[in-house]
This record gives sequence, structure tokens and C-alpha cells, in this order.
Amino acid sequence: MPGTRGGLAVLALADSRFPNGGHVHSGGVEEAVARGLITDVGHLREFLFGRLRSAGLVAAVFAAAAAHAAAGRRADWPGLDAELDARTPSPAQRAASRAQGWGLLRAGRAAWQSQALSDLVSTTGRPHHPLVLGVLITASGAGARDAALVAGYHSVSGPSSAAVRLLGLDPFAVNALLIELTAELDDLADTASASAHLPPADLPAPGSPALDLLAESHDHHHREEVRLFAS
Amino acid sequence: MLPDNTRPHGGNGHGHGHRHPVNFDPTATEPDPHAQTPWHGRPFRLGIGGPVGSGKTALTAALCRALGGAVNLAVVTNDIYTTEDADFLRAAGVLDPDRVEAVQTGACPHTAIRDDITANLDAVDRLTERHPGLELVIVESGGDNLTAVFSRGLADRQIFVVDVAGGDKVPRKGGPGVTTADLLVINKIDLADHVGADMAVMVSDAHRMRGALPVITQSLTRTPNAPDVADWVRAQLAVPLGV
Repeated sequence: MPGTRGGLAVLALADSRFPNGGHVHSGGVEEAVARGLITDVGHLREFLFGRLRSAGLVAAVFAAAAAHAAAGRRADWPGLDAELDARTPSPAQRAASRAQGWGLLRAGRAAWQSQALSDLVSTTGRPHHPLVLGVLITASGAGARDAALVAGYHSVSGPSSAAVRLLGLDPFAVNALLIELTAELDDLADTASASAHLPPADLPAPGSPALDLLAESHDHHHREEVRLFAS
Repeated sequence: MLPDNTRPHGGNGHGHGHRHPVNFDPTATEPDPHAQTPWHGRPFRLGIGGPVGSGKTALTAALCRALGGAVNLAVVTNDIYTTEDADFLRAAGVLDPDRVEAVQTGACPHTAIRDDITANLDAVDRLTERHPGLELVIVESGGDNLTAVFSRGLADRQIFVVDVAGGDKVPRKGGPGVTTADLLVINKIDLADHVGADMAVMVSDAHRMRGALPVITQSLTRTPNAPDVADWVRAQLAVPLGV
């Protein structure tokens, strides 16, 4: 089995230095910290495991499906976009996903030329982040499993970085936490790539009501008091 | 637009067998080859950066007062305390609330203006959509250190603001903010006597560090509308983008 093609793009898209606005999103960590739900590395471990298995899996499933669709001829972009909406019950999380999708689109257009990307935008307007990610992965020559890996990694890398900034946690300990997720991320990528060919409505739909509520609470609070992150 | 000196024999003919990119003959009547208008389909983006407490927000408010009557403008603030600066501008009555956008910087103000400018560009886009014909967007950074400068992808021109009370050795320390900003403003000069700051040293250090780049000293207590900085901004607005 040949190794990943388009490896540079996969690494660049996973890199927190990639300029698509991800650094202003904490994925619920800021709200959890504000409520005293995360105060140390142990709490962060539970949070990250939970986030990877829920929000991370949804993002990975749709990134893989988008990568698969972009490689084919009849992509149902409105269907994928609507089904991801349906799996994201929090309006604040939907807005955060579309904002990061738009940021990725701006950076992606400057670096890649892709007819699938143009089709995605012309049919959905402001597509969700995992869909843009999947299309760019395919445009680079990489595959659905790579898209799932990057999406899953994003779901925990940004929040872990936010926790370091907000709590002053030991960055080596937090980095070690991320590496603990190695097997989990592999399993997630397998699951997501196995479902990539399914019709949008049949894609997996794990949920995380706690994360949904944290996102809504964050959105509510940052209108009346200090919040450093957009979500 | 400056003459393109890299193409000495291209451009406009003037009757001695070759063409210059720009005709320096004052009696020539050929069409002006320069861009006609500074409007390039988007507002001019002016960055205002500098350390915490140096007076970025006060300068932003002063520029709104000085320019607001003649220039269609709006403001993006990056203060880490989210809506604090936006509230200041609104309360000062210098700008309609819907002309101020506050962005969250994820606890990294320098990242938001330099390494990943997405959130700021999104804020500029929202203002541009709300106010067609917008000519100037002032992007005020969160207070940061002497190395924090705006990406050229975000700011067409940038002002770095330091203040007398922050220490008269600051210009000497250099850093990209002091050495490369298009304009350095030394603020609060009315406090120099009170904090024992040597203005002559501060200004000469600033010029030494910056070469030919301009330096303006000011006190918004004495001149609340920042006339010198406002004049500099007007001069920048008169130049087409991309030059």
C-alpha cells in the first residue's frame, strides 16, 4: 500500500500555524475553564477524550466524506452541508464552524486551485470547516483518511493550546496528553474513512450535549463579560 | 504610482526614438498614465499598534474625530478585553456603534494582526458589507510588545504608538514596531517633565533607529484631534493602494 501523497498539504493543514483563524477558537475550553470545570491537566484529558469522540468524530466523518465526494463526479454539497448542520445542534457551534470554514477558504484559495472548491462554495455559500478541509485534502492528492486525521487532530489541538494559554498549564504535559490520543485518532480515522462513501443522511451522528451547552453558554457570556476566544 | 525605473525604455513615447515609462516633459499633453483614483474596490486599512497603555485607543478616537467628517471610516479593535475599546469609542460619541467591530484574539494579540489575520479580515469584511463605499478602516491592535507589527496582508500602512511615560529608552530598544512602522508616534509628551523623560534623547533615538521613516510627537491633552497624525493619514489616503 503506497504512503500518503500530498503529504506536505496534510501536514500544513494540520499545523496550528496554518492561517485560517483557528487560534481564536477554544472549542468550549474557555467556557469550561470559566466555570471551573477544567482546572488541571487531568480535567483537560477527560475533556479532550470526550471532544475527540464526539465533535472530533463528526468533523472527521464529514471531512472524509467531503474528500471522497471531491474525488468523484457527483458531489452532493448542499446535502453534506445540511447534514452537518443537523448534527450540530448548537447555533454557536454552527457559526464557529462556518467562520472557520470561511477562513480556511480564504487561505485555501490562495494556495490551491480546485474546481470542487468552487462548486462547494457556489452551492453552499459559507460551507462548514470540515467540508472545505476535505476538498483541499483531495485537491492536494491525499485521501479521505488523511482528511479525517486532520479534522480529528484539529478537534483537540486547538482546545489544548487554549488551555495552555488560559490556565498556564505545563505545555509539555499538555503535549503529552495529545500524544496519548494516538490510538484514538487512528480508530477515528478508520471509522470516518469507512463511512466516507455513504449518502450524507447515513453518515454517523455522535452527539455531545455538554459541548453544545458550553458553546451556547460561551456565546451568551461573551456579550456581557470578558471572553478571549470567539468560541 | 511611482515611475517604474526597472523598465527604462517602456511606456510613453516622447519623440526621440524610445519610450519612457513616465514622461517628465511638463508641456506634454498625453493622457495621464497614473491610476486615476485611490479607490481600489476596498477600504484603505490602517493599523495602529503599540504597547499596553500607550494611547492607541485615544489616538484612534482622535483620528475618528479629525477625519470622520470627510472620510467614510470604521474601526476594528483587538483589545483582549473584547468590547472594552469598542465601548470607549462608542461612549466617546465619535463613531456610530455599527461602525465598530471587536474581534477576539484567542489570548494572542500579535498572532491576530500578524501570523493569522483571518479574524481581522473577517471583521473588515463585515464592516465593508454593512457600509458600502467605506474608505478607511482603522485596525487597532491589542496592547502588545515592541516586536508586534501588522502583517502587510492586513494593514496597508501602520502606525506604532509609544508613550513618554512608558520610558524614554523605548525607542532605543528598537524592535520591528519602532524600526519598521510607517509612522512612529511618541505620545503623551505633556507628561515628560513629570516622569523625568528626556524628549530630546527619545526623539533622536527614534530617528536613529528609523532612518528616513517619520516620527511624530504629540499630546492629545494639548491637541485632542491629533492634527499631525491626521495630516499624515490624509497623505496616505491620497496614494493609490498597492504603491
